[in-house]
Amino acid sequence: MRSGRDTLKDSEQQSRIFNRRSVLAAILVFVMLAGLGGRMVWLQIFQHETFITRSDRNRMRVEPLPPNRGLIFDRHHRVLAENRPTYNLTIVREQAGNVSRTIDRLVEILDLPPEQRELLLQRSRERLRSFEPALLLSDLTEKQIADISINRYRLPGVAVEAQLIRYYPQGEVMSHVLGYVGRISQQDQQRIDNSNYAGTHFIGKTGIERFYEEELHGRAGVRRVETNARGRALREIDRTPPQPGKDITLTIDADLQQLGYELLDGRRGAIVAIEPKTGAILAMVSSPGFDNNQFVTGIDTASYNALRNDVDMPLYDRAARGSYPPASTVKPYMASAGLEYGLITPSDTVYDPGYYQLPNDSRRYRNWLRWGHGRVDMHRAIEVSNDTYFFDLAHRMGIDRLSAFMQKYGFGHDYSLDVWGASAGLMPSREWKRERHGQIWFPGETLSVGIGQGYWLATPLQMATAVAVLANRGKWVRPHLAMQIGDESIAPPFENTPEDIQLDNDHWWDLIFQALEDVMTGSEGTGRASGRNLQYRMAGKSGTAQVFTLGQEEKYNAAELEERLHDHALFTAFAPVDDPQIAIAVVVENGGGGSRVAGPLARQMLDAWLLPEEHSSDEALEQMRHNENVAERIGGGD
Amino acid sequence: MVEQWQRLYRRSRRHYQSLSWQTLHLDPWMLLALLTLVGGGLVVLYSAGGESGYLVESQALRFVAAFLVMMTIAQFSPRTLMRFAWLFYSLVTLMLLAVELIGTHAMGAQRWLTIPGVITFQPSELMKLAMPLTIAAFLARRTLPPGWLDIVVCFALMALPVALIAAQPDLGTAMLVSVSGVFVVLLAGLSWRFIALCGALGMAAMPLLWFNMHDYQRQRVMTFLNPESDPLGSGWNIIQSKTAIGSGGLYGKGWMQGTQSQLEFLPERHTDFIVAVLGEEFGLVGMLVLLLCYLVIIWRGLYMAGQAHDTFGKLLGGSLILTFFVYVFVNIGMVSGVLPVVGVPLPLVSYGGTASVTLLAGFGMLMAVYTHHKSSPR
Repeated sequence: MRSGRDTLKDSEQQSRIFNRRSVLAAILVFVMLAGLGGRMVWLQIFQHETFITRSDRNRMRVEPLPPNRGLIFDRHHRVLAENRPTYNLTIVREQAGNVSRTIDRLVEILDLPPEQRELLLQRSRERLRSFEPALLLSDLTEKQIADISINRYRLPGVAVEAQLIRYYPQGEVMSHVLGYVGRISQQDQQRIDNSNYAGTHFIGKTGIERFYEEELHGRAGVRRVETNARGRALREIDRTPPQPGKDITLTIDADLQQLGYELLDGRRGAIVAIEPKTGAILAMVSSPGFDNNQFVTGIDTASYNALRNDVDMPLYDRAARGSYPPASTVKPYMASAGLEYGLITPSDTVYDPGYYQLPNDSRRYRNWLRWGHGRVDMHRAIEVSNDTYFFDLAHRMGIDRLSAFMQKYGFGHDYSLDVWGASAGLMPSREWKRERHGQIWFPGETLSVGIGQGYWLATPLQMATAVAVLANRGKWVRPHLAMQIGDESIAPPFENTPEDIQLDNDHWWDLIFQALEDVMTGSEGTGRASGRNLQYRMAGKSGTAQVFTLGQEEKYNAAELEERLHDHALFTAFAPVDDPQIAIAVVVENGGGGSRVAGPLARQMLDAWLLPEEHSSDEALEQMRHNENVAERIGGGD
Repeated sequence: MVEQWQRLYRRSRRHYQSLSWQTLHLDPWMLLALLTLVGGGLVVLYSAGGESGYLVESQALRFVAAFLVMMTIAQFSPRTLMRFAWLFYSLVTLMLLAVELIGTHAMGAQRWLTIPGVITFQPSELMKLAMPLTIAAFLARRTLPPGWLDIVVCFALMALPVALIAAQPDLGTAMLVSVSGVFVVLLAGLSWRFIALCGALGMAAMPLLWFNMHDYQRQRVMTFLNPESDPLGSGWNIIQSKTAIGSGGLYGKGWMQGTQSQLEFLPERHTDFIVAVLGEEFGLVGMLVLLLCYLVIIWRGLYMAGQAHDTFGKLLGGSLILTFFVYVFVNIGMVSGVLPVVGVPLPLVSYGGTASVTLLAGFGMLMAVYTHHKSSPR
């Protein structure tokens, strides 16, 4: 079709076009590849810092290493709170392969009810990442562990894992002293350093566990691990080991505590025993208790409601928070105030016709003994717990001086060192009443306060502290529960210790002690039923706190009243008188007469503490019942 | 006698010399550059594959096959290639139609054709060769530069297969196939006025294209424009690949030491994103070596095409090598975050069989047109 020359010409022209264009293309190619090179320079040189940070953040994960919680011991190094390994069953889906078949076998091996199968299947899917263990069952029994071990080859991906769980061997006996740990709540997070708790599941909620949370918890460690994109840890880069929490030794004697709990025998009440010289709390019993182990892993709603709605309020720490009128137990303190203020001398007497009347007032303030004790001096007034004598003293002292002096014994203040949630009670005063009720103080109210009634409220811990201060002849030591924290001993002197009580004449203490001894051993002593066969010198004082206010001429009749309106039985004591080793306060709610109900308990506690190991707690209980019967027959009162 | 011997010797020596590469129909420089690239690529692949020799082994076997295909194709004279262009084009187009009707679904697209028990392959890959062959064959018989009618015919030839591939949907391949056709037309001397006109039309068509895209395709464009908008979803790939490259720095973290690659933060690290592994582990130095390697291949390719004896050879060779460049640019541009994510592998480095075979078959054609010009059969 075309001539050869044309073809040749065409070919030359085409060649020229092609060459021009291909040179252009070669330049373009160079420019664009250089552009990519420039992009790489930008990313790899100029933005290198940004990207190296980003890639490190990608690959590293910081994992907290929780510290082991410190243990709690009693004064003889018996364990009160420990970390018990519990065994959980976990499954790793990635390793299990056929999960539902594995779970079928598990149900068969552990002989679980068939409906558990669905639950286990559901739990196996709880973890998003298939290589992380999902919790199937917790707190395995030894038999279950054994059954799983034998059949391990049939259960791929299934593992038994140990976890430390707080355990309180004494349970309800120690529940209020120790408190308990529980899962960290939103509220808890407000008060903790979250980074220190990153790997911790439990935190002290009440009691010692709460008060010494920082010491018991320790410091968390961390480890940095390299992870892949799916979050699986591949290797550890470095680690800072955790510092375990400190062990805490308490001043509590587990045996004495146990005895106190058994003596209360499920009745509502509290016993607090203190070593006067050191302020060490030897026993602090609140009854009824509760099993604090229930709270560790999370108590179920039904059990919690049962505890909370229990009329006996087992969750309530009566020893440190329960507020009771201290009643006649305050009479020795009142006597010391009267002596110090110069309102009485040991030999001054008051005539008791069975009641006391304020000048120009017809109202009769009754002595507990209707027909009166006749003429009473200070010694006898304490021994027989005469009310009229102290009505007279209180009236002459006036509420201001009375309140001020009783505060020196710790009433109205919480002077405890480390008792979590301890209450300050209430020491009424003129100012208090104006502020609280907007009313003036009536002279009649001073009389009630003078015998530890009226507005006056004190906790068993405060009562025990006051009697310890008395036994110390006014010297103060703050009551405390910790004896040793880690390597550090906790011993007086403590900061913020109240001023000691000084009496003008130091001999007055002896006179008061003598009167208190006669409470136990004198022919008229209100506590004489509990004071039989004493092998040491015991000073005691009974108290009966009115719950129900009687009308002018009514006679208290225990049988007719509802049990909850019965008087509270109180008893305070210390021994031996010449070298006090133990001071104690016993409260039995609605127990009736203090000397009859609370006195024998105090006596048993002192016997157990002071006498060589001949009384087992069983014998002590028997002895107590015997004494109660005797007390019944004697019919002592306050 | 002696003179005769000498003449014979000189002739045979010349013959022998030319036999070395000319008769083998191979280009030693191109071959060396390709082997360097492939060898380096296998080293990176070993690291990207997580130290499993399996990937490298199977990739190396495929390359052996691919190089054999290349050498075989290099033996055909351009005339033979030209003669079979139309048949090849028709066959592949039919296969594309078959894919549309009875193809195998995978990953939301219909790209594979299965002949049961024999082979599963993507006809669209073959079109990458068939398209430049056909357009070059067509234009080589026309007077150049091409007239309007020729251009219309060329675009008509491109339209059907590209539409079929785009419908699979496989936008990346559709683009590469059309680009390979367009390059032929451009090299044939398409007038600049026409190019400007098409550019303007293309810009105008952008919105139209946007509204006809699949959701995932739109997502890709959006992700490209702002990868941080969805860092855990579709932006993940780009963020992680940029992090990998950027954290490599000047010298890189060392072979098999790249945390982004080895800890599986980098997705598709042995296929489309393999260049990020290189950037992380060998740094800027490794990157520049790679780019240099590609530059050498492309420049040598353009030179070889220019040396072709006839127009068909020049157009075919030029188009093939420029399409190869587009591969390189689109892949590295995507991984380094200057282009949107398009499923284009890094040629001769990314793991994957079909693409390597097609590419090296293309290089075989390039060598054919370069080496056959002195002894074109008559």
